[in-house]
This record gives sequence, structure tokens and C-alpha cells, in this order.
Amino acid sequence: MAIGTALLSAARTPRGAPAAIVLVGVVFAAIFADRLAPYAYDMQSLMQANLPPSAAHLLGTDEFGRDLFSRILHGARISLGVAVTSIGASVALGLVFGAIAGYAGGWADRLLMAVVDLTWAFPEILIALVLIAILGPGLGSTAVAITVGYMAQFARLARAQIIALKGETYIEATVGLGAGHAHILLRHLVPNALTPVLVAGMLATGDAIVLEATLGYFGLGAQPPLPSWGAMMSAGVGQMFLAPWVIVFPGLAIAITVVAINLYGDALIDALQIRNRLREG
Amino acid sequence: MALLEVEGLTIGIGRFTPVQEIGFSLDRGAVLGLVGESGSGKSLTAMALMGLLPLIRGEVRAGSIVFDGVELANRPAELHRRLRGRRIALVTQNPMTSLDPIRTVGTQIDEVSRLHGGLDGRAAKARSLDLMEAMRIPRAAVVHGQYPHQLSGGMKQRIVIAMALAGDPDLLVADEPTTALDVTVQAQIVRLMVDLVKARGLALVLITHDMGVVAQACDRVVVLYAGRIAEAGPVESIFAAPHHPYTRALIGCIPVEGQARGTLIGIPGQVPGLTDYPAHCRFAPRCPAASARCRAEAPAPATIGASRVACFHPLGRGA
Repeated sequence: MAIGTALLSAARTPRGAPAAIVLVGVVFAAIFADRLAPYAYDMQSLMQANLPPSAAHLLGTDEFGRDLFSRILHGARISLGVAVTSIGASVALGLVFGAIAGYAGGWADRLLMAVVDLTWAFPEILIALVLIAILGPGLGSTAVAITVGYMAQFARLARAQIIALKGETYIEATVGLGAGHAHILLRHLVPNALTPVLVAGMLATGDAIVLEATLGYFGLGAQPPLPSWGAMMSAGVGQMFLAPWVIVFPGLAIAITVVAINLYGDALIDALQIRNRLREG
Repeated sequence: MALLEVEGLTIGIGRFTPVQEIGFSLDRGAVLGLVGESGSGKSLTAMALMGLLPLIRGEVRAGSIVFDGVELANRPAELHRRLRGRRIALVTQNPMTSLDPIRTVGTQIDEVSRLHGGLDGRAAKARSLDLMEAMRIPRAAVVHGQYPHQLSGGMKQRIVIAMALAGDPDLLVADEPTTALDVTVQAQIVRLMVDLVKARGLALVLITHDMGVVAQACDRVVVLYAGRIAEAGPVESIFAAPHHPYTRALIGCIPVEGQARGTLIGIPGQVPGLTDYPAHCRFAPRCPAASARCRAEAPAPATIGASRVACFHPLGRGA
């Protein structure tokens, strides 16, 4: 099934439908954050610090009197933006490495996969911490860290797909009609290998949001006053008992988004019937 | 000189020699049948013609393949790549899996003309439609935009053949082109291929294990057994008077109209494995006429009438 049709039919399943609605909402919030937010995300008002949720401030305010609802909307933009772009880059790099390794085989395969496996041997958070220690904290280094941290699984998956597809008769047929390597790789192998890798990328986006939040929580990601969900939770620790909403609402935002991504991704895997292919990596 | 001359072709893979001293020649407008059971070396011979042996770590150990005056055996991969599609085209075995499942069949034909004929998108599409009509595909313009899973097996095979023709080759190598198809469709496709060969002055190497297809399509036939030629000659004389016991057994496997129930015979036993080819006649273990001599030495091909036969006790000779 084509991936476009599958996206729609996954959204019609009992598991996929609520998840799809949440995801559309989160993406909508991220895109139109400045129009939807009732206040500017960095507007301080010390007179109104740590207010509980009310009509004026739907989700309450933090220790500087900033509107939490507005900050969570803007946080969606940052958390989602960083996660999606870095996973996108990660998928692209993984495809390039995996496709070359799988198609060329031999020493090129062993060399590329040795490098890839090296990054796979460590947890993503460890790779991220090392990279940020080198590059310095900030959104850019967070993106690089996520890109490198997750690349191994996409490279492995792409390689496995390419190796399996290489033996297909239609590849032999194109070779028999004089196609060159670039043509076979770019026009036949990569497009056929794409679907499972894209779905794996979508599922990894959920993990990437958590990783971004973790790094933000440690103060290594988005720097104040930029509102990233993880950084907002970290700021809420001090008032956990005085103003629990400061830590609870960003945490809920993370949890709901990640659960929705996973549920929808799962429905998508079923719609595409690729559960077996995903295990090949 | 013939378009394709193969002499003493011997193919090796590692320490095995699955094809030994095969020879044949083929002119434009002619169809040569390469017949044998699984493991007889038919497909390896086809791969040697296409220069694809390196893909399975095989090589031509001896002999020559001369195509249009150019030696092809053991030449650089680049020479073969330039010939593939443009001069020699492959029609693969199984049309069900010979097309890329996620691209329309039309673009897959277009692509071959673009690659080899340097045509632009519009010209390539026009040419594809012409070829599809030559393949008698109804509503070619509609089918051009369809995906492989929307077409029947026979249609897919027509598309595969149209793809092979798109590079305007001189020689077609068809590896069991009809094996995966329904019997009724088989006959149509074979007929179509023969018509194309005659009309366009192509040469066709038709690989099959079906003597019925051979009788219908070929001018000459080479019967392979366990990597060697058992018998080779014009189709009429081989069907009228097969000299090798194996050829006769193969012809005996064709069902005949009105044949009594339960009388269709197979050939008992099986082709010896690559690892245990006997040093003597390779067909001897399954041969009804095998003598002590057959189990001691290998027969060399000899001329009988219009055919070449490798047998100590050829049929119709009273030996």
C-alpha cells in the first residue's frame, strides 16, 4: 500500500484515530503558536508569579509570572521542530550510509557498518552528552546529537532492506537491460526500501522528543528564555510543592505527544503490513 | 558470419564446471532453443551471453562467444554494460517479479528508451505506446499508467518484452519467458515473440524446459544435459527422429491430444548434482540403452544427419 493511503487508513483505526487528532492538534499548535498564544512566551510579570490555573491564565503561571499555556504552545514549536528536523537528517544520513553499504557490500559495507555500530553500542543519551560537551549547549548541538544518536538504526534498517531487494528479479531485469549502479540504487532500490525506514523514523521522533526534553531538563538544550518542554519542567522543580502545575503541564505535553506518536506509528505499521520488515534491521 | 557464434563455452564457478564445451550459432531472424532440466546449465549460458557471470562469481574458463564479430568472453564489465539493453537484451524468467512494484509499467519502459535512445520524456512515452501496441496490449495508453499489481501475468510478460525491445537490441535472450504463465497465455506470448523476431530481424535465444514451446517457436534446438550438449540440430529433424535417448525422453514428456489416462511418462531419476558428475556419459544412470561403455567413458559429439549427437548408442542408427 502506498504510504499516503496508509497514513489515512491508519487514522481511521480505533487506536490511530485519537492519536491522529492529538498529533494534528500538536502540529497545529506548533505552527500557529504566536497567533494562538494569549501572551508572549517571555512576558514576565512578577506580581503574578506562580498563579494556579484560572480564566486569565489557563494553565497558571511560572515563577516569573509567565503564562504557562503560551509557553507550552511555543514549546511545542521548539520540541517538535528540533525532533522532526534532526530525525529527518538522521533518516537521510542513515539511508545514504545504509544504501551504500548494502549495495556495495565487501569492505565498504564492513567499514561503514563498523562506524555505525560504534554509535549503536552506546545509549543515545551518552552520545548526545559527549557531542554536546564538544559542541557546547544549545538547540543546534541538541539537533546534531539527536541526528547522530539515532542514525545507526536507520542505516541498519536501510542496509537490510537494500540487501533483500538486491536479489529481486526486477533488479536482475534492469541490469539485463543495461542500467548502471546509480540508476539501480536511486530509482529502484532506495524507493522500495523507503517505507519501513520512514516509519521507523516516525516512531523514533517520539524518542527524540524525550531526548530533547531530557537535554533541556539538564540545561543543555534550548537556553532561557526559550521555552522547551524539558527546560520548563526543570524550572518547575523548585516549586514542585508550591506550584505543581509548572512541572506537571509541560510533562503532560511531552507524555501525550509521545504516546500519540507511538500509537499512530503502531497503527501505521499495521496499515502498511510491514511489521516483519521492521525487525530485519 | 552468424550474429552469434558460441564455441566450446566452458563456465566455471569456484572449483565446479557446471557448463562444458557448449557451442551453437544463431542468425538474425532465427530462434534458437536451449533446452534442458533444472541444473543443465541453460541459465548460466544465458548469463555468460549477458556478461552477468561475475554477479554469481562465475567465469568463462574456455571457449568463445562472438557477437557481431566482437569477442565477449572474459571482456571488461564495461563492454558488457554498453551492450546490455542496447545490443543484447534479457527477458527474465518470472514476469510477476520482473517489474518494480512501486513504479508504473509505462515509466519503466520509457526509462529504457531514455537510457539507450537518448529520447526525452514525451518521445519515450510515444515509443513505449508503439511498443505496447506491437505487443498487442489493449488500451495501451491506460496500461501505461498502471502499476504491475494491476496487470495479469500475461500482460506483465508483454510489458517485460516491450522493455527488452525498447533499447532496440539485435539479440534477445529469454530465460524461461513463459514458465510462470497459464498454458493458454504461454502459447500467445511465444507466438508474439516469434513474430517479433521475424518482423524485426532479431535473433532470439529461447531458454526453456518445455519441448512443446520448442516445437512451436524454434528453428534450431540445443538439448543440454548436466552442462553438456546431448543433441543439437534443426527442430524438424530432432522432432522427426531424435537420436539421443534423452531427447526422445524429453519429447515423450509432451502430453498429446487423446493420450490415454496415466500414460504420460516422466524421465526416471534426476540430473546428477554438480558435485558428482560422473566421468562417463552423464545420462547413463537414467538411460534405458546404457551399456558398459557408457559407464566407462564420455561420448564425444558426432554428426548424424543434420544433427550433432553425443551418444554411443544413437537411436535410429541400429547401433
